[in-house]
Amino acid sequence: MSEKKRKQTPAKKGWKDIAIGGIIENAPTSLVNKTGDWRAFRPVWDKEKCINCMICVAYCPDMCIPVEGDKRKETDFDYCKGCGICATVCPVKCIKMEEEGKFRE
Amino acid sequence: MNKAQPLTGAGAVSQAMRQIDPDVVAAYPITPQSPIVEGFARFVADGKVRAEMIRVESEHSALSAVVGSAFAGARTMTATSSAGLALMHEILGVASGLRAPIVMPIANRALSAPINIHCDHSDTMGAREMGWMQVYAENAQEAYENTLLSMRLAEHKDVLTPIMPCMDGFITSHGVENVVIHDDAPVKEFIGEYKFPFNLLDYKHPITVGAIELTDYLFETKRQQVEAMEQVPKVLPGIAKELAKITGNEFDVVEEYHTNDADAIVMTMSSASGTTKTVVDKLRKEGKKVGLLKLRMFRPFSYERVAKALEGAKAVAVLDRAASYGAHAPIYSDVLNALFDSSSKPKLQSYVFGIGGRDVSDFHIEAVFEKLLKGEVTGREEYINLRE
Repeated sequence: MSEKKRKQTPAKKGWKDIAIGGIIENAPTSLVNKTGDWRAFRPVWDKEKCINCMICVAYCPDMCIPVEGDKRKETDFDYCKGCGICATVCPVKCIKMEEEGKFRE
Repeated sequence: MNKAQPLTGAGAVSQAMRQIDPDVVAAYPITPQSPIVEGFARFVADGKVRAEMIRVESEHSALSAVVGSAFAGARTMTATSSAGLALMHEILGVASGLRAPIVMPIANRALSAPINIHCDHSDTMGAREMGWMQVYAENAQEAYENTLLSMRLAEHKDVLTPIMPCMDGFITSHGVENVVIHDDAPVKEFIGEYKFPFNLLDYKHPITVGAIELTDYLFETKRQQVEAMEQVPKVLPGIAKELAKITGNEFDVVEEYHTNDADAIVMTMSSASGTTKTVVDKLRKEGKKVGLLKLRMFRPFSYERVAKALEGAKAVAVLDRAASYGAHAPIYSDVLNALFDSSSKPKLQSYVFGIGGRDVSDFHIEAVFEKLLKGEVTGREEYINLRE
């Protein structure tokens, strides 16, 4: 791990400063952990073909497909783990899973 | 009005549970624990307590339900023995790891196989690394008072650790003795209101309980458990003093019975201590300098207090009611550790006794003392009342 990357990891508290029993008190910590790092495949969404049926929104296990008004928005890649459920349930096949490596340098 | 009444140890612990009146009790029957929870169930049925009684399909479920209810803000108890405790093993670690202050009275019983329903300590000795405190009762009175003490100790904010108040199966759990059940009002005042700092049902302060901890956090959480045990000697005397105002008996981690000037000391736990006291009294009348060191709290183990109590003795026998296969017997092993840093180095003899309820009588203990007084130790584990 490079020094630069190491610095990005937040310092963890010692045993005297964390809640006992591994209890997590400062909800919602799910926003702190950016699980998008895990992604091997990325859902590529074709906005033009999308009919805004919201089936993908309902099925997404990480609730990372935002909605504004009656429109679906781009997937939140900070949290999307690339499971591909959205692509599977899409009735008009406007989501394709592509290798994540193609989008990263 | 504190009047002695004839009660079994199990009946006395049921009375302690009635006075504690926990919010939830989940239990599964097992000999010789069953009369504890049966007695309590009767109080529930008669409307003497307001506890929610959950009947479950196994001990694994019983302790799981108790852990769950603890995090719903409940003061919660169960009880078990032997195979039931073994079946709970996984959840013992969950309860202590999550720091649920559960009080679980135990009627000690041998572990299978071969199956046996009688007393030895192999069940709780098998659970000694699971992060629970363990206290042991000599008789029914102690079983009752230890249960009350346990509740306060487990719930202390610096401890928050589950505890097993243990008594000998059948010998204490089913033997009828005169027991003084103290008045409800002062006992209830001693037990007090329950204030667990975490509550899953408090939706204004949402928490997560039982999340995964990998390489980055588990070590810190386990260090906290070590610390909780280290707090016990600091908080226990205050709680014991408070209880003693009601009972007249002050709990201590050990009881030193004529050990001060003793040349020969027998150290043991639970009901065998009563037998040993009788023998000490007899031998003292004959002018022999003998004493008993009764261990009342096994976990956390007070190395300092044990070492101090054995100071000056010429020979000490440690009587374990459980063997440790391939190692020294449990209490003997701890005594060796206690004496490593002590300037006093008495001759030591390890005995295993009472396995599967095998009788240990006054003449057995007397023979142990006679050997100690002659300075005879064998350098290996010996067995009391075993056929060669």
